[in-house]
Amino acid sequence: MAEKWASAYERQHPAVAVTVQGGGSTAGVRAALSGAAQIGLSSRALTMDESGQLRSVVVARDGIALVVHPTNPLSGLARRQVERIYAGAFRSWSSVGGHDLRVTAITREEGSGTRAAFESLVMSKSQIAKSTLVQDSSGAVRQMVSNDPAAIGYISIGLVDHSVKALRLDGAAPTEVAIDAGQYPLVRPFLFLLPPAKSQQSADFVAWVTGPQGRALARSEGLLPPSEEASRALR
Amino acid sequence: MRFADRFVEHVLRMLAFSSIMTLLAITFFILREGAPLLFEVGLGNFLSTDWHPTAGRYGIAAMLVGSIAVTAGALAIGVPLGIACAIVLGEMSPPWLRLILKPTIEILAGIPSVVYGFMGIVVVLPWIRQHLGGPGASGLAGAIILGVMILPTIIAISLDALRAVPRSYREGSLAMGATDWQTIWRVVLPAARSGILAGVILGVGRAIGETMAVVMVTGNAVQVPHSPLDPLRTLTANLALEMAYAADDHRAALFATAIVLFLGIVVLNALAGLVRGRQGRHRSWSSLSRATSSGRASVPAPAPSMVSR
Repeated sequence: MAEKWASAYERQHPAVAVTVQGGGSTAGVRAALSGAAQIGLSSRALTMDESGQLRSVVVARDGIALVVHPTNPLSGLARRQVERIYAGAFRSWSSVGGHDLRVTAITREEGSGTRAAFESLVMSKSQIAKSTLVQDSSGAVRQMVSNDPAAIGYISIGLVDHSVKALRLDGAAPTEVAIDAGQYPLVRPFLFLLPPAKSQQSADFVAWVTGPQGRALARSEGLLPPSEEASRALR
Repeated sequence: MRFADRFVEHVLRMLAFSSIMTLLAITFFILREGAPLLFEVGLGNFLSTDWHPTAGRYGIAAMLVGSIAVTAGALAIGVPLGIACAIVLGEMSPPWLRLILKPTIEILAGIPSVVYGFMGIVVVLPWIRQHLGGPGASGLAGAIILGVMILPTIIAISLDALRAVPRSYREGSLAMGATDWQTIWRVVLPAARSGILAGVILGVGRAIGETMAVVMVTGNAVQVPHSPLDPLRTLTANLALEMAYAADDHRAALFATAIVLFLGIVVLNALAGLVRGRQGRHRSWSSLSRATSSGRASVPAPAPSMVSR
């Protein structure tokens, strides 16, 4: 995503070069702290220690939808039920009001930002069971779920399509409206991290990314832009 | 002329060494990246069944078991099929049938592994789920897919071994009044035994190294499987799944996983070379080296049969 922003920004501002380097959220935080990068990128919230030294700006959000096979009669689950499913406590869908089918839970691999967000937002008291199937992308999870009537998985909202059914969580549907209203709880922010003494160049870039063009680009990539209020507060 | 000769010789020698250098570079690199972690966390941690790298627990035992289980299953399926196919091709089929079968097997070798994986997802997994139970994604699914994928390796090298059995053996056996089948079973197969075994060992190498198809069908759960229907994770799958976002020690642990895998493959290839060497000088080394280099994701070109009489 950052690469898309960078190349679009460079096209409009030929004098500015934006270099993007991958490496994961921890690397992003570290680069911003050390000054190796003018802007750090992270998809996890800062720790107390880090937030003292960096300012974070939400530049996009990714909702995480719980998806099941379209033939699954359930329309929603409570967060605690999801936690117990992933902890391996329920053997059958009948425990949560579904058919008498064995539950096949699918998770993302360790190190994935989506998994980290899911763990911190849902698995508050327990760990994901060892018998849980693992796939390494939202697309692969969707593929597995769409092929198995007993499966449940979690994927980026941007990737939900007709091959799977997105569940309500605590009564709220995974939509942008519900997310903006704070009703749908599974959202992870994509952050830009800035040192206190930021350069004019990086401030310009952040303003552009959170402005109309950056927002449109985020949307075209299947992400949600930051909420309108948050962006207004920034400007 | 002599200058040109020597020039070509030098160029070829350099090219030959560059492949060895690549191997050395790979060895050095994975050791440098992975070995420090082994000393840091200790073998006890590394060989436990507890893999939770973001929490500092790096046990790969479950994956080791997974790799061995899937490979054993693949052999149980691929070896009988492969040897049967080689016998039919080498001993029993008229030329026209050979003309159909051989190219078909070569095509089998040329199908990308992601296609095998996809076939697994849409055909094998639902079948297992409906008829045998469990989540479908399982060691059994991996074994079935890999069993088919190692067929070309086993067939090509077994066929080579069968062809290398001197004609006089067959003639002698037939002259004694043995039937065709008795000749194959009692004379030709035992004579080709070590070549066939080498083919099997190379098949093992291919099965252990295969990644994409396995990631797609085995479910990748980090647990020691208790039944063929349980999902499991192999060493290669561990690397492929987690390398993208791994950092620091997590990344080092993946390289340490690669060291284990690498050692396994080196031992297997050496074993295959030894076993094959025993069969004598007239064996074709060209086919061995070709099949060896295809140990991982690439595809073995079925070896041309070299028959020395």
